[in-house]
Amino acid sequence: MGANDEMLLLKAEHIKISFGNVHALKDVSLSIRPGEIHCLAGENGCGKSTLIKIISGVYQRDGGTIEFNGKKLDKITPIDAINMGIQVIYQDFSLFPNLTVAENLALNTEVASGKRWVSWKNVRKIAEDAVSKIHLNIDLEAKVGTLSVAQKQMVAISRALMFNAKLIIMDEPTTALTKKEVDALFKIILNLKAQGIAILFISHKLNEVFEISERFTILRNGEMVATGNTKDLDDSKFTYYMTGREFENKKFLPAKVSEKPIFELDDLTSPGSFEHVNIKLHGGEILGITGLLDSGRTELALAMFGMLPASSGKIIRNGKVVEIKNARDAIANKIGYVPEDRLSEGLFLQRSIADNIIISEIDHLTSKGIYDRKKRDREVGNWVHEMEVKTDNPENPVTTLSGGNQQKVVLAKWLATKPEVLILNGPTVGVDIGSKHDIHVILQKLAEDGMGVIIISDDLPEIVQNCSRVDVIKEGRIVGEFSGEGLNEAAILSAMM
Amino acid sequence: MMNNKLKKIFHSNEPYIFLIIILLGVLVQIRSGQFFTGNNLVDLFSALIVPGLFAIGEFMTLLSGGIDVSFPALASLSVYATTKLLLDRGYQGNVIAAFAIAIAFGAVLGALNGFLIGYLNLNAMIVTLGTSSIFQGLMQGTLRANQLSTIPAGMKTFGTVPFISATNKVNGLTSVLPYTFLVLVGVCVLMYLVLHYTIFGRGIYAIGGNASSAHAAGFNVKRTKFIMYIIIGMIASAAGICRTCMMQQMHPTNMLGMEMNIIAGVVLGGVALTGGSGSLLGCMLGTFLIVMVQNSMILIGIPTTWSDVFVGAVIIIGVIVSALQSNRYEKVRTSKNKEAAAK
Repeated sequence: MGANDEMLLLKAEHIKISFGNVHALKDVSLSIRPGEIHCLAGENGCGKSTLIKIISGVYQRDGGTIEFNGKKLDKITPIDAINMGIQVIYQDFSLFPNLTVAENLALNTEVASGKRWVSWKNVRKIAEDAVSKIHLNIDLEAKVGTLSVAQKQMVAISRALMFNAKLIIMDEPTTALTKKEVDALFKIILNLKAQGIAILFISHKLNEVFEISERFTILRNGEMVATGNTKDLDDSKFTYYMTGREFENKKFLPAKVSEKPIFELDDLTSPGSFEHVNIKLHGGEILGITGLLDSGRTELALAMFGMLPASSGKIIRNGKVVEIKNARDAIANKIGYVPEDRLSEGLFLQRSIADNIIISEIDHLTSKGIYDRKKRDREVGNWVHEMEVKTDNPENPVTTLSGGNQQKVVLAKWLATKPEVLILNGPTVGVDIGSKHDIHVILQKLAEDGMGVIIISDDLPEIVQNCSRVDVIKEGRIVGEFSGEGLNEAAILSAMM
Repeated sequence: MMNNKLKKIFHSNEPYIFLIIILLGVLVQIRSGQFFTGNNLVDLFSALIVPGLFAIGEFMTLLSGGIDVSFPALASLSVYATTKLLLDRGYQGNVIAAFAIAIAFGAVLGALNGFLIGYLNLNAMIVTLGTSSIFQGLMQGTLRANQLSTIPAGMKTFGTVPFISATNKVNGLTSVLPYTFLVLVGVCVLMYLVLHYTIFGRGIYAIGGNASSAHAAGFNVKRTKFIMYIIIGMIASAAGICRTCMMQQMHPTNMLGMEMNIIAGVVLGGVALTGGSGSLLGCMLGTFLIVMVQNSMILIGIPTTWSDVFVGAVIIIGVIVSALQSNRYEKVRTSKNKEAAAK
């Protein structure tokens, strides 16, 4: 690392911390220059969050040195960190949903000042100053709970800026944002950089790392595996550093496509969400449906699975018109659906991995009408093996798994119902690269075995790699279809916008 | 802008509860001709005093994300002990001493709740169920409580001397609103100021909204809860004294079992069980509605035995209305976000 030490804003070296027997960070170093945008990347559980918590004083390190602004720091408390100019914007933003924007902005300052009385005039003034720093146009009297995720984030950023921040740490800030909102966020980040504020941007999304950061540090299993200039980094290196594995990203080519479509939407309409949607899916195909966050893609997915039935139009299975009014109808017609939000819609979080896998086929795990424990254990064993779910014991709660492995459980649950049509909404959102790769391999395999697969996603590299055909939805209408040579990111993106 | 403000008002529960109160009033008026009479209104406000005070305490716990089911037992114990003490001493002075002693007892008992819920971070529902039993046990076992049919003269006067009185011209009945009403008004105003203009009060809102953020923002979450439960104990005891003064006797079990209707009234007024949202006005309107339903049954000729059924029905209807409303609000919000995204 050729950086001159005097230029560094933060110099953390050989940081170690363990919780019980778990060595969360073994030997991690991180250096950040003033006013730079630095990306900290790594898969879930690699120690990114632990490192942030050490820097911001939430955890106390077991070993290593930290210098901030040229000063050696022995022990850091959260208040020290704030006073020195370190601000963390966590994924949940630490806002108060029940209070107004103005109060959210002013409360920390008011409490810190040690006052006992609240002056609402003062609250308003503090809030106005705060939003003016990033030229945020927002109703200060609105309750924060009524704001969109992007707006909440802007409020959190405004609040962070009130403490003369020198380093702002953003923990996966783009997770719930639309493409446009991400662009707006990046503009603000560049603006902060211009004011001399350093940004530590935490992400595991490759394209974002390339787009915004100048330098990067990658952690894996509590160790720093690489750091340097982003321009020296490329896709395969990034993936390798993150996972320690090399992948070949196999482009999906349909092997044997059924002669007749197995699933069709004929003029499906749900006013306000989507209109006149015509889609044909053949067995052995992977069809991609992509569009912006509010394009109607999610509503369409829900309509196909009967959770939000369309008001007019037909759904056709193997040439026959079928009524799909609820999830039960869909399952009876051999349609499976992997939802967008696996935590709230896809999993029983308190239950074991095993129970989650067999829940949708529980009716078949009986012998002479009585629940057959052995049959169940066999079935669970098969799926854990098939899906390569990383667990010591399938009786552990499903929450003990990483996002990627949870998604494999959701997938296993649906495959256990033996669907012929499988619809996946955002199949790899919040999933680490390793599991993402595994899931793609599984989906391609399923299609090769004759299943009709629909992937709904706005992750364009994922769509291009895995789909043999792609429909683009915009403002509720299908505006383009791409396949073969014409199927590339640029073409899809221009149709989406 | 004006339009925005109006919209905001109608997104809250208060105007709907107010509307229901008016409609119910008109209904009773049509059936009996007795609703909008001076003495009936005085009776209603008089009946609101004790539930109203309890409701203010419950409002604060709910706001902080907790719940309190111990206040009737807490009030009974501290007021029984106070009245007994004053009677044994042959106290002849005015009511101030009664309030002071009961409030002091209330603060100690509230501190027990506050310590367990605040400092030990235990579940408020379970803690107050437990302390409720303890308070009852202390009163009925240790103090061997039984009905005190006389109370000190000072308390008697305070509960009977009219602040406002009204006579019904038709049937000649006179109703009295005693000075205890001023206790309700005073506590209401005081708590409004505390909740709106002190860092402590905003801290209660902040804790109910997101306790870990409140901690991160620099609030002393444990101490705030501790103090809050002390205040709630004090208010509950003051309510108990009011009740005893107005009834002219101390009946130790008379207040027990009030907690459910109080919680129902507060929730009906739009105070979220999940903590963090609601207004003092809504809390009072909700409580008033419950009191009104209980009191008006007689006026329209429905036997009082049915009043529980009607109170239950009002609660469920109220909850349906607010659920519908928040659904609608949700829709408005998502469509607004969509518009914003489309820009």
